[in-house]
Amino acid sequence: MSNNIHLKKGLDIPMKGAAAQRVVKTVVPDTVALKPTDFKGLVPRLLVKEGDRVLAGSPILCDKQNPDILFTSPVSGTVAEVVRGDKRKLLAVLVKADAEQEYVDFGPKDPASLSAEEVRQLLLKSGLWPSLIQRPYGVAANPELRPKSIFISSFSTAPLAPDTDFVLGDKASDIQAGILALGKLTDGGVHLCVNQAVEAKSPFAKMDGAIIHTVSGPHPAGNVGVQISHIAPIMKGDTVWTVSPLLVAAIGHVVLTGKLDLRRRIAITGPAAVEPAYVEALPGTPTAQLTQIEEGVRVIGGDVLTGTILGPEGYLGFFDNQLTLLKEGTEREVLGWAKPFRPKVHSSSWCYFSWLTPKKQYDMDTNLHGGPRAFVETKCFEDVTPIDIFPIYLIKACLAGDIEKMEKFGIYEVLPEDLALCDYVDPSKNDIQAIIQDGIDLMIKEMA
Amino acid sequence: MADQNKPGLFEKGGKLYWLHSTIDAFDTFLRVPGTVTARGAHVRDGIDLKRVMIMVVIALVPAALFGMYNVGYQTAVATGASWGFWKMFFYGLLKVLPLYIVSYIVGLAIEFADAQIKGEEVNEGYLVSGFLIPLIVPVDVPLWMLAIAVAFAVIFGKCVFGGTGMNIWNPALLARAFLFFSYPSSMSGSDVWVHIPKDMPAVDSFTGATPLAIAHDGMGALNAQYSFMDLFYGLIPGSVGETSVIAILIGALILVWTGVASWKIMISSIAGGLLVGWLGHLGGATELPAVYQLVMGGFLFGTVFMATDPVTSAQTECGKWIYGFLVGALAVTVRLWNPGYAEGMMLAILLMNTFAPLIDHCVVSAKISARNKKVRTA
Repeated sequence: MSNNIHLKKGLDIPMKGAAAQRVVKTVVPDTVALKPTDFKGLVPRLLVKEGDRVLAGSPILCDKQNPDILFTSPVSGTVAEVVRGDKRKLLAVLVKADAEQEYVDFGPKDPASLSAEEVRQLLLKSGLWPSLIQRPYGVAANPELRPKSIFISSFSTAPLAPDTDFVLGDKASDIQAGILALGKLTDGGVHLCVNQAVEAKSPFAKMDGAIIHTVSGPHPAGNVGVQISHIAPIMKGDTVWTVSPLLVAAIGHVVLTGKLDLRRRIAITGPAAVEPAYVEALPGTPTAQLTQIEEGVRVIGGDVLTGTILGPEGYLGFFDNQLTLLKEGTEREVLGWAKPFRPKVHSSSWCYFSWLTPKKQYDMDTNLHGGPRAFVETKCFEDVTPIDIFPIYLIKACLAGDIEKMEKFGIYEVLPEDLALCDYVDPSKNDIQAIIQDGIDLMIKEMA
Repeated sequence: MADQNKPGLFEKGGKLYWLHSTIDAFDTFLRVPGTVTARGAHVRDGIDLKRVMIMVVIALVPAALFGMYNVGYQTAVATGASWGFWKMFFYGLLKVLPLYIVSYIVGLAIEFADAQIKGEEVNEGYLVSGFLIPLIVPVDVPLWMLAIAVAFAVIFGKCVFGGTGMNIWNPALLARAFLFFSYPSSMSGSDVWVHIPKDMPAVDSFTGATPLAIAHDGMGALNAQYSFMDLFYGLIPGSVGETSVIAILIGALILVWTGVASWKIMISSIAGGLLVGWLGHLGGATELPAVYQLVMGGFLFGTVFMATDPVTSAQTECGKWIYGFLVGALAVTVRLWNPGYAEGMMLAILLMNTFAPLIDHCVVSAKISARNKKVRTA
């Protein structure tokens, strides 16, 4: 066991609405959506038309540049609708699910005896290849590359994040198979980061074929990008891949059984959640089927820092295993900023008195709590960024679109999610994640 | 005021559109905006710039209140009048209040017009600058001069750069520098620091010189007029808010506690001032022990409230140590070796404001090259 990586910088946002550790229902969806918008760096091409029959694991889309990368249906059923947006952009393919599920059989295999090429083919065919995220830039992995190493963070520290050990507790053999299979794709090994607090009982700490690290500290200690920067920072020219533990289990399952089974426990969380607990469902399930949604509530796929707005008529994303429900904060508080005490509003700044009640959990909403301004206080960014970079310099380089400076200040090491807390703490209310994403998009465009 | 912000009138195309930034400023002053997050994190911290700025204003209040009392006290001492505490305080209040009115009216009017022209929201930065400016000028400064200085500082110190957060120099100090170089006779010498009413002639022994000016004549001359504790309490002539060490330390405590200002800059500035003060004492440039440099003139006020301005100071943590140290060291250097200027704090801070980006550049470059080396060898 290597040394524990303890991170001091960061912030755990104290929000109400953590999911209780029980599964309240298993959702059998009527219709499931496959959304190409979930995958960054890929351009979808449609392989089916409305009315086609598909099995769970049948290809629905492929990537335009690399047609080997397939996107497969999570259910068996009939293609019901192809949803397009502006300029005929493909937004989603809806599949009406059968009552009885049938699976494409990829053939069960022994993970230890697979070759790299066999693993690659299996992942490409089963539609699990897009679960490999390539850094730098956070785009889908290029099948022609052999990465320096593969990183898996076995836990999340994001606000109200699902407990991975509860979600995947009964899938230890799938995870083990997934790690062994992924290990074939790299020479640098699979790095697995485990939460130090639960190391003793976590199934992840006992995995073979992985280099195990323990990590402790406040959010974003669970972010794989932060862990990479402390284990082996990404420099210019390096490529590493990351996989979420959820999809490692899915990869292991397809190796062991030959079936694509994306069913997962999904945490219904947030202050506006009616019953915060877990449900079992597939990615692509309509949000309205997952839980009861009230008026004036924002439905977010993922956590409150990095999640995307799905809406009450949306569908859960490919990578999501959390739904956060949050009231829209359109109410205007009279003299809010001038009140000595504001017990309902959390602030990590000592200009308020939230530090008096460190255990309190807040009923948060989406109010911005101020207006956008130029950067003034910038030390707050460093306090929540446990990566060895200068956040404000990177942010300004991204704003200026200066490639050379972006490289110098560490654009290869971060994804927007790693600086998500900067969004939260900034008194000038800038959208830091959007700035970083724009910078990354510029890098992809210029370096291509 | 907030209720007037009905759709139409102040919106684009409305009759009073030219007032929309002003209305918006008052509206958001009274009620937190109802804006919700669009891109990025869906929840946000309760902190905003209004809160940050009001914290600095609160930290300045002890110095301002003491300054008002001291204005009355100095007049009473100079004229031999036997006034009580409240009489001194209200006398000072009446002298200082016009400075505040001019500072805020001129400064905010320009800020509002600027925001309107640019179509932006009004910045909160002037809440602090407007409160600072009356505290760093002599009480007798003519109001029209103050108005011109404020206008200069806001327009050329801030608006041309793009507003709060973009400026290179501390706007309040820029106002003072403008006064100092444009109207030196109203900003230096022995006749400007204490208000002497026309109908109350000064007593014979009154000189009106600040301790810094007297200190040039040596320790004996200083001790003849003021004890160390006088300097510490702040019952001395000087700019309105700069005299009392106690009041400034209360403000420093608030700023450090809330994290609004950097304690690193404060500590390193004091260290720099003490070191040069000690060297000067050792080398015979002054008879005063180094600690006197801290309690005289604007050193401490500048260290706590002006050098720590997060916009114009160094941004890197290591850079803050260097920046602060140089501010303190330079200020005392000017005091000891430049007979032309009795006070060096203003120029030291403005000079270091200019060099802060360079300091940061060096710190960041050094760190990045050190890191690249480490990663390559690892």
